[in-house]
Formats: sequence, structure tokens, C-alpha cells
Amino acid sequence: MPIPSLQVPRLQVSGLAVARGDRNVVEALGFAVAAGEILHIRGRNGAGKTSLLEVLCGLRTPAAGTIDGQPDAEHRHWLGHKNALNPALSPDENLRFWCALSGHVDADVGQALQRVGLKAQRHRPCGSLSTGQRRRAALARLLALPRPWWFLDEPLAGLDHAGIDLLAELLDAHGRGGGAALVTSHQPLPQGVAGVRTLELRS
Amino acid sequence: MSAASAVFRRELLLAARRPAEWAQPLVFYAIVALLFPLGIEAHDPALKVFAPAIVWVGALLAALLGVERIFRGDLEDGTLEQLLLADAPAPLLVAAKLGAHWLLTALPLVVAAPFLGIALGLEPLAVKVLTLSLLLGTPTLMFTGGFAAALTVGAQRAGILLPILVLPLMTPAVIFGGGAVRAAASGLSFDAPLYFLGALLALTVTLLPFATAGALRNAIE
Repeated sequence: MPIPSLQVPRLQVSGLAVARGDRNVVEALGFAVAAGEILHIRGRNGAGKTSLLEVLCGLRTPAAGTIDGQPDAEHRHWLGHKNALNPALSPDENLRFWCALSGHVDADVGQALQRVGLKAQRHRPCGSLSTGQRRRAALARLLALPRPWWFLDEPLAGLDHAGIDLLAELLDAHGRGGGAALVTSHQPLPQGVAGVRTLELRS
Repeated sequence: MSAASAVFRRELLLAARRPAEWAQPLVFYAIVALLFPLGIEAHDPALKVFAPAIVWVGALLAALLGVERIFRGDLEDGTLEQLLLADAPAPLLVAAKLGAHWLLTALPLVVAAPFLGIALGLEPLAVKVLTLSLLLGTPTLMFTGGFAAALTVGAQRAGILLPILVLPLMTPAVIFGGGAVRAAASGLSFDAPLYFLGALLALTVTLLPFATAGALRNAIE
């Protein structure tokens, strides 16, 4: 699905500090991400990957530093550890809710779910789906509502080999289509994704 | 407004999937109010005196029943952080969610109130005032409860903390609601307590969604 043609501003971070509790997990961080780039944020457990992504996405406020070109709600997707799927609703109903919330009631939810391999499970309650299937349903949200910036926190978690290949295809297509993504993962990103740069967090 | 409408419709859809959750306060309310006459003599004049308090306290306790769950599920499944990141103003989404909860759990209490009032021996005018006072007061209970639920959504023992936090905030609604019905039953003017309830309604419905959204944002940080 093509990303709406938008002037995607460059995300520029300088002197960034991210606090968790009473200590800074990230300090004096600077980097930039432009359209077409996939930034893989790596680091061991507790290095501050999730906290950094939450700050970049706007869920937390930074302890210090500046973020220029931070995308607004209309231009970004956040996929956290949790999938934002109500267990009593089906993937179809959950996605339709997120599309309606953004004012896109006519989004092609069926096609997005088919793309992530959930055509057969489309109308089953999310509570009855496996961890990997719920992750796929969450990925379908990225497709149903095309937006240029993706902030993905450990998106590989719970996915099987086919799911990881699917994510690689989605990331590659997103980057080639002019989008940008910031992806945290303690494991390497799958092969076949163009435009990947790595940011190693050390603390 | 389409975002608020989406949240509202989602709450109705979820309620349709779990009818027990929204039916529970009404059943509880009816049991509390109807057991009172069995505790004292059916024709005891004291029953009529206590009726406004019985119905109002019953409504307060029934409204408290489901309040703790309002945001908990959304926090656990990640919906809450997505709602706070959405393009639409968070207070608007909070108001839509609490409005839907009022419709599902508190409006049935208002509809049931005339029957309970008659069962407790209230005069027709007092029954009308009781219903009107609940119509004005239950949104205050719901929005106050929602605010307390947002403050405690991340807490381990919210079940204990929430009633302690919320009861003092809900007290004015019970005082003025019960007071209006007592005044009507005694043949006095009941305008003033109803105006107070209206003022509380205006304050809570307009201001508390902002405070609730702030508390929710605090919970996910």
C-alpha cells in the first residue's frame, strides 16, 4: 500500500538524555533519520531501547536534548510491546476501530489482514489467537493506515520464521516507498531489508 | 468528533460482548434497594424517610462497582498508549469513554429509580425529583469515578485505594441528591439542591476529562 505523498521531515536528535526512574539510561545521544531509512536500535536488556523509542514517539518526555522533525500523530505509527488489540474483539473489529479513530472509516482492513496472513482468523476474537497471530494483527494496523513513520518496539517478538520474513518484506517495502522506521530489537533484523542503519546503545 | 464516536461505539460493542459487566450494577442496585424494606417493617414510616438515602447510596455503590475496570483493560492490552498517541484530543476520548459507561451502567439505574422509589413508599413528586436528581448526579459519579480509576490504574491495590479516594469526591452529589428528594417529600422547595447538582455536573463533565487524561498519561510514563 503506498504511503501518502508527504514531505517527510528528517528526524534529528541531539544531546538526548532519557531517564527511567531516577537515572539516565541514555545520555548525550545524537543521530538523524531521513525518509527511506530503517534505523535499527540495538542494545542489551536495560540499555534503554524502549525508553528511547517512547521518547522519540512522544510517549515520554526527554530528560535533556532536542528532537527536531518529530512526526505528529497523523504521520506516525507506534507498535509497542503490547499489540493494542482488545481480546474480546476480532482483528477486523480492532483494526476498524483504529481506522475510525483516525477518521479513515473506509480503510481496507480486509486486505491488510490478508497481507499478514490472517484472512481465516479475521473474525475470531483476538483472545483466541496465538501470540504470533496477535502480533501479525498489530502489524496489519501499519498497513491499513499508511503512515510515513513507524516506531516499532521489538516487533520480532512472538513471530515465527514466516512472520519474521513478512516483517522484513513490510519494512523493505516501507523504506523503498519513502517511509522511515525506527526499530528496536536485541537480535539482528532479518535479511533483505534495504536502507538499514544500526544504532548501538551502550550504558 | 469522529474519534470520540469511534471510542463510544467501541465501548457499546464491548458491552454487547460482555452483557454481565454492565448488567451487574443494575442488579446490585435493585438488590440493595429492595432488601431494605425486608430489614424493617414494610409499612414503617421510617422507610419513606430513609428512601432518598437508600436509593442514592445504592446508586453510588453500584456506580463504583465497574469503575475500576474502565481503563485497566486498555492499559493491559496497549490500547491506552495508542489512544494517548492518537491525533484526537485525549480529554475528548476520555469523555466519550466515560459517557458510554454512563449510558451502559448508570442510565439503567436512573430508569430503575422510579420503580424503587415507589417500592420504598415515596410520593409521586418525590419520585420525579429522585429520578431527576439521579439523572443530574450519576454523570458526576461516573466522571469522578473515572478520574479516580485513572489515578489508580497503574496501582497494584487499586481495589482498596479507589473507594477511599473516590468516596469523599462523590459525597457532594449524594448530599444534594438525597437533599432534593427529602425536600420534595417534605413539601419544601427542592430547586437549590438540584441547581447544585447541575453545577457539579457542569464542572465534572467539562473539567475532569482533562484531569483524567493527565492521570492516564502519568500512568503510562
